[in-house]
Amino acid sequence: MKELLNILLELHPDVDFESCDTLVDDKILDSFDIITIISEINDRFDVVIPAEEIVPKNFNSAEALFSLIERLENE
Amino acid sequence: MKRVKKIIFAFVIACFVICAFAFLQRLVMPKYQTGIVEGSMIEEYYDEEVPHEVVFIGDCEVYENISTVRLYEKYGVSSYIRGSAQQLAWQSYYLLEDTLRYETPKVVVFNVLSLKYDTPQSEAYNRMTLDGMRWSKSKAKAVNASMTEGEHFVEYVFPLLRYHSRIFELTEDDFVHLFSKDKVTHSGYYMRVDSKPEGEFPEPMPLRDYTLGENAMSYLDRMTELCRENGIELVLMKAPTKYPHWYDEWDRQIVEYAADNGLQYLNFIDMRDEVGLDMSVDTYDAGLHLNLSGAEKMADFFGCWLTECFELTDFRQDERVSGIWKEKSDYYYEMKQKQTSELEQYGELVSFGANAVKD
Amino acid sequence: MLFTSYSFIAFLAVVILLYYVFPKKARWTLLLVASCAFYAFADYRYLFFIAVTALSAYFAALRLERLNNTQKEYIGKNKDILSSEEKKRYKEEIKKKKWRLLLLCLFLNLGILSVTKYTNFVIANINHFLSDASKLSPVDLIIPMGISFYTFQTLSYVIDVYRAKTSAQHNFFRLFLFVSFFPQLVQGPISRYGDLSETLYEGHSFSAHSFSMGLMRVLWGYFKKVVIADRIITGVTSLIGSPEQYKGVYVFIATMFYAFELYCDFTGGIDITIGIAEMMGIKVAENFNLPYFSKNIKEYWNRWHITMGTWFTDYIFYPISVCGPMLKLSKWSRQHLGQNIGKRVTVYLSSLAVWLATGIWHGAAWNFIVWGLMNYVVIMASQEMEPLYARFHKRFNVSGKPLYEVFQIIRTVLLMSFIRMFDCYRDVPLTFRMVGTVFTTFNFSAFTDGSLLKIGLTGADYIVLLAGFVIVLSVSLVKVKVGNVREYVYENSNVLFYVLAALLLIMTVVFGAYGVGYDSAQFIYNQF
Repeated sequence: MKELLNILLELHPDVDFESCDTLVDDKILDSFDIITIISEINDRFDVVIPAEEIVPKNFNSAEALFSLIERLENE
Repeated sequence: MKRVKKIIFAFVIACFVICAFAFLQRLVMPKYQTGIVEGSMIEEYYDEEVPHEVVFIGDCEVYENISTVRLYEKYGVSSYIRGSAQQLAWQSYYLLEDTLRYETPKVVVFNVLSLKYDTPQSEAYNRMTLDGMRWSKSKAKAVNASMTEGEHFVEYVFPLLRYHSRIFELTEDDFVHLFSKDKVTHSGYYMRVDSKPEGEFPEPMPLRDYTLGENAMSYLDRMTELCRENGIELVLMKAPTKYPHWYDEWDRQIVEYAADNGLQYLNFIDMRDEVGLDMSVDTYDAGLHLNLSGAEKMADFFGCWLTECFELTDFRQDERVSGIWKEKSDYYYEMKQKQTSELEQYGELVSFGANAVKD
Repeated sequence: MLFTSYSFIAFLAVVILLYYVFPKKARWTLLLVASCAFYAFADYRYLFFIAVTALSAYFAALRLERLNNTQKEYIGKNKDILSSEEKKRYKEEIKKKKWRLLLLCLFLNLGILSVTKYTNFVIANINHFLSDASKLSPVDLIIPMGISFYTFQTLSYVIDVYRAKTSAQHNFFRLFLFVSFFPQLVQGPISRYGDLSETLYEGHSFSAHSFSMGLMRVLWGYFKKVVIADRIITGVTSLIGSPEQYKGVYVFIATMFYAFELYCDFTGGIDITIGIAEMMGIKVAENFNLPYFSKNIKEYWNRWHITMGTWFTDYIFYPISVCGPMLKLSKWSRQHLGQNIGKRVTVYLSSLAVWLATGIWHGAAWNFIVWGLMNYVVIMASQEMEPLYARFHKRFNVSGKPLYEVFQIIRTVLLMSFIRMFDCYRDVPLTFRMVGTVFTTFNFSAFTDGSLLKIGLTGADYIVLLAGFVIVLSVSLVKVKVGNVREYVYENSNVLFYVLAALLLIMTVVFGAYGVGYDSAQFIYNQF
């Protein structure tokens, strides 16, 4: 989780990722950010997030994103 | 209670919209009161209070060429001209149908020039002929038969849809005549007193096919049939004017048609001398249309012929009818006087015809 | 049947009336019949194309769903027996099957789209390299109305089933209605099955409220389209039609007019679409969110033609960005080109693909391709300059200041409008030349010498356009403040609401540019 927060903070140092749960809905993350996040995750967690998982639900909060990573790791 | 209130409110809004549209439609529809008055001709008929035993039907070759007042004054013939600019054969037919809803004349005279057109011609002329017509099945059919490409039936039903852009082109007439219109014709006759001698016309172009159009002729058939059914004598005429050119081939077809159907056909081009027309003084636009003196000569001749051929009532003996015709005569001479004095003063007409059209 | 034709309005009145007369359960069938009639009215042969698309999607989706279910069942049943390795292998196998099926469906539908829309474009380009004698002649193909829209909408359904995001529709006729729903057939929005199906099939009870809201929206759409767009288009066409005569300031005027025209035409059309649906209780996705109030181009594209933008993002941008080769490339470039550049490679390449596709989708011409690329370049450039901007904003403390925001908005509108000129002028070099004259030819006399009255617009037209502009701008500003303008007015005073509706109707009828003398411009987005 800490690793993930680091990735996010590198992108937007001014956002409170631990509490915000409308990252996509409020347009804090745009499509460019999402792609960057995915490739970082791919790099550091060795998890591939497929296109069909790129939905607001999975990217709206750091927590949701983290549970996505965990789910994909377990599959 | 709330429901009732809602329904009343909806009703009020609907009324508001309908009234606004009705008012705007009246406002933007062309009034045809000054200059181009031809658009008023068809609707004036509905105000008529006298019976008509003779009804002339056709285009400018009837409404500019026969003085109805003269017909009455000299022969007691009560007549009306249901003519309008470039009135096409089917429009004439449906106007006859329309006329029969109000009265059944003894004689109908149809001018044959329009048989040269077999298809709808011009939106503007359609409008001038049809907008003034009262709604009936005949009007609906006339509209359907007349529409050119890009015209829509619904625009005849709601002319606001057609004329809405006139909101920026309104003239004084549109306000003055919002609710009432002046008479522009004398029982359908359009008066001009000025004079311009007949000139040279261009050599007529040879045509590929001289057969009069099937569509147009079919309406002549229907007119013949309609008159027969109603016991009306149908007379065909060709006005004495030579332009647009009336081809001999066309004339032969009409002669033949008249013979086949037992109709009288008068071609006034050949009868100019009999009528006494002098085309150096009897036309106002170099021979296209007759002026007042020409139209009166035509009335003199035509009245004589009509009263000889048919049993027509002398309405001068009828108190009620003659009273109304007296008013018509007064208006006729008043206009004649006005036109004559304008002519003397300015050398041309200024408040009639094209000169009166304000840009 | 254009939205602005009498026949469409009559058709619409009949459909809506029948919709509420029909028994609730059968209402969707009425919509299907109406949609087919609407489409056949344009050209009955179109029906064949759209039916092929719908059929292919129907069967593909059913099969995809079955594969999804098989996988779920199999893994569910054998959860304890299978090793994760075996599970993975099984999933791969199913995925391969699904992928083949999806590809087949994509090829078929994009094939139809490309053949009908782009054959002549390809031929023209090949001819460029051939001698006169061997030139190919263009082929006479019919382009089914709205094919770009319904193809994309249908493919999104198939892909969503593939991704197990939505379940498949088991009734072909229901699916066919989704593909052909008439209000949105011609120019979008591009709906997602998951959204539209929620309200499309269910028969809605008549609700005076939603009917009024829908009607108001339809009227507003017609107002923008008929009073403004169809009027100003005359001026745009004249200015663009004689580039030799109209340079410099005229190009600028044409650009602004076209921006206004396109906005009113397209948002007006979408308002009509959404409003019609709303009158029947159906919810169609929004396609615009005050795009001309965007502060930068990226934002603009999030607010203009939204359903198309999200389509490209979801079905092109993301898949390309996260596909295996791209991730590898990203890794490689980060190692070899440095973190900074490496990170961007993916975004750059995927965006390039998206904008090329967007350009091609808009029309079969180089103009559109260049237009797409221009958007790409500008978005990437502003992306690169973001740190610079940030420093500038900090230094001068302008961020969020109203005046600065107005500046940003105007800048964005100007930029977008000029890029858009590529779909106006005849060809690409001409567009560059003409836009160039704006900076070289300062013929400001255009405003005073009366020449603007010679482009098919009269003084009265300008007055109407100015009034229209003020009205549209005011409504937009109110929207920024309150969100939904119609609801806002209604809640405050429903008397005012209906009076406004009546006035809107009257103004549209009286001041609309339609009828004899006016040739209602075809929807600009019609053949897309």
